Amino acid sequence: MRLSCVVNGEEREAENVWEGESLLYVLRERLGLPGSKNACLQGECGSCSVYMDGVIVCSCLVLAGQAEGREIVTVEGLAGEGGLHPVQEAFLETGGVQCGFCTPGFVVATHDLLSRNPGPSDAEIREALAGNLCRCTGYEKILDAVRLAARRMSP
Amino acid sequence: MEFLRPPSLHEALEAKAAHPEAVPISGGTDLMVEINFDRGRPETVLDLSRVPELAEWERENGHVRVGAGVTYERIIAELGEALPGLAMASRTVGSPQIRNRGTVGGNLGTSSPAGDGLPPLYASEAEVELSSTGGTRRVPVSEFVTGPKRNALRPDELISAFRMPRATGPQQYAKVGTRNAMVIAVCSFGLALCPERGRVEACIGSAGPTPIRTPEAERFVEGVMEEGGLWETRGPIGDAALRRFGEMVQAAARPIDDVRGTAAYRVHAIGVLARRSLGWAWDEYRRGGE
Ligand SMILES: Cc1cc2nc3c(=O)[nH]c(=O)nc-3n(C[C@H](O)[C@H](O)[C@H](O)COP(=O)(O)OP(=O)(O)OC[C@H]3O[C@@H](n4cnc5c(N)ncnc54)[C@H](O)[C@@H]3O)c2cc1C
Ligand code: FES
Ligand code: FES
Repeated sequence: MRLSCVVNGEEREAENVWEGESLLYVLRERLGLPGSKNACLQGECGSCSVYMDGVIVCSCLVLAGQAEGREIVTVEGLAGEGGLHPVQEAFLETGGVQCGFCTPGFVVATHDLLSRNPGPSDAEIREALAGNLCRCTGYEKILDAVRLAARRMSP
Repeated sequence: MEFLRPPSLHEALEAKAAHPEAVPISGGTDLMVEINFDRGRPETVLDLSRVPELAEWERENGHVRVGAGVTYERIIAELGEALPGLAMASRTVGSPQIRNRGTVGGNLGTSSPAGDGLPPLYASEAEVELSSTGGTRRVPVSEFVTGPKRNALRPDELISAFRMPRATGPQQYAKVGTRNAMVIAVCSFGLALCPERGRVEACIGSAGPTPIRTPEAERFVEGVMEEGGLWETRGPIGDAALRRFGEMVQAAARPIDDVRGTAAYRVHAIGVLARRSLGWAWDEYRRGGE
């Protein structure tokens, strides 16, 4: 089937999409957006997190056809003209990135958290990132990154 | 694989009638795992995620009717006051990403004994609304779920909604797992107080082939409250009665050993959850009288 949706602000079309494919597969293999990562395909790790119509979802659990006509924002869509998004900067500076596999998911989930709650408590950060797994950092540096981004982004 | 994308409930029901083999998908948080791991490759998938009627809820004199496609996130945000027990259970489901997509309709469709949406529905004697082109029937949730991952849905039907009474008193939902998020319940417990009817309603989750109501334990506490005039005085229940309630709930559990926990642990934990849940709900009721 053919699939059209808006990805990172652009109208995109994918041809010959198999009906059983996930949105994650479409993004990575058909639309050339490998930022969202494939690590578990069962909703456990959050490394495939993207926005769909403004809410974050695991793109591995969205059936391709369910994304028809929807607005998708991936990690590739967060950086602005002037460079990386403050959330991305904060992850780099604090050492919240080691192998980097989990990073796109954490960046999208942190972006979502801070857009809803600009000054989250530690408990709120843990709750918001509960669906993202990291096997390298031990999470402390990731928490530092979220706190740093929150400070920088608050007016 | 064929992908059907009806834009309305009417068309969804027609599609289901024409393709009884079609597997519905709402949030996909159960079904996509099956497809991704090739555990089942449906011939036809029926996407319900754009059927507007399924994503609505409404008040119906003293009850709330919730469309099968309303997500956990919306139940938490919009129904916390009307259905506090279900909202508490929804908060324990998965992660933000899962709660943004997952639905109670899908939880009913899966009919897992560990489904967190089910104990609150059982406790409040919710009805599940099953629709087909031939009409709609309403089935008590305890008759809808017929066994582990089995239910009374017919091939031409879709779950359109569930309907349950608005809370009239405090409600609780408690769950045991290895983490505070992203866990399938080792066991769980839902409880509702209905002061106007002098009723206590409760249900065990994930410790039997289906969720299990606890009528003996419920009648026991109702007796304690009636005898002591506690609904009126809002006095304390007393530790002995709380413990006895826990023991009677334990007696109703029918758990098995599995990867998440042993039967013996589940029985122990269910007793603790029951005693604490009743204590918390009763404390809230007492504070309500101040
Ligand atoms: C990482 C992860 C964590 C999870 N954590 C929890 C948890 O903590 N607690 C919990 O209870 N569950 C949990 N789940 C399971 C799942 O999220 C829930 O069961 C959820 O309620 C399923 O809803 P859905 O809309 O995504 O269902 P779907 O996957 O879309 O569908 C599930 C089943 O129901 C059928 N179905 C869906 N809608 C209808 C309808 N309207 N009519 C008829 N049939 C229908 C489908 O055909 C399918 O068989 C988790 C899943 C994942 C991936
Ligand atoms: S790849 Fe989607 S949650 Fe892990
Ligand atoms: S940095 Fe390696 S998994 Fe998180």
